[in-house]
Amino acid sequence: MRHWLLWAPLLVFAGIVALVAMEMHQPSDRTVFSHMVGRDLPRFDLAPLLDDKPGINAALYRRGKPRLVNIFASWCVPCAAEAPQLADLAARGVPIDAVAVRDTPGDVRTFLNRWGDPYARLGSDPKGRVQLALGSSGVPETFVIDGQGKIVEQHVGPIREEDIPGILKALEDAR
Amino acid sequence: MRGMLIALSLLAALGAPIPLTAQTADADRYAYSELPDPAQEAKAHDLMEELRCLVCQGQSIVDSDADMAADMRALVRERIANGEAPEAVRDWLIERYGDYVTYDPPLGWATAPLWFAPFLLLGAGVWLATRSFRRRRR
Repeated sequence: MRHWLLWAPLLVFAGIVALVAMEMHQPSDRTVFSHMVGRDLPRFDLAPLLDDKPGINAALYRRGKPRLVNIFASWCVPCAAEAPQLADLAARGVPIDAVAVRDTPGDVRTFLNRWGDPYARLGSDPKGRVQLALGSSGVPETFVIDGQGKIVEQHVGPIREEDIPGILKALEDAR
Repeated sequence: MRGMLIALSLLAALGAPIPLTAQTADADRYAYSELPDPAQEAKAHDLMEELRCLVCQGQSIVDSDADMAADMRALVRERIANGEAPEAVRDWLIERYGDYVTYDPPLGWATAPLWFAPFLLLGAGVWLATRSFRRRRR
């Protein structure tokens, strides 16, 4: 009889205990990332929501200059939290376009008056269709699009101050 | 005269909500209402049951009350109403969100152990059992 075989179940059990102990120390990351990163923007055309701001369409992103697409909503609290960072990026000359998910002109106007308006353009996505087409799973999310219409990076959640250098670098690399 | 005015304003008040509800019904079209064709609705329902709500994650989009799940239901129903196959709609979503979006992930390197481990364990059990029985008989 091979005596070492007797220890096999105990070793397997110890392995399982080790795995569970390890996982307890690092909470699992449930962020759902888009699989569209690295691929071309899907075709879309979003009507404007406000009178003084044009809507957006996919052709806009093939003009040779990288842009940001910010998926947001006036009903979303973290979207207000990232407003100063978006304002900072806009002040540095980064063109930012907004996809307003399930929103109304009045609410968006109130939101922009209160938290500032960093957007070059703003398109309305009443049924979240463009959000789904981009593989975005919530608000806010920000996509970096290069000058040829390719999605080069996705930022999930509000942009914090420490995220700005990374986004600027992605924009620089997309040139 | 006064009574008639009251009656008229009442009528107007009752009449006023009608276009409003019609409007919301149109906005929520297929998010909260079934497809007119029962066969198509059955197909859509089967697909929606195996799609994960991405903002709630523990629920299917059928069970979830989240706005995004409603958008996904509307998308599924609309595409199936347009004659698209459920597999095509499913593939479209997997292309964007990965296998994570479905509760019925396809066979791949990550899911292979789930499919084959039971057979391997059963085989090991049979092997162990036959060995020990043989030993006892000896």
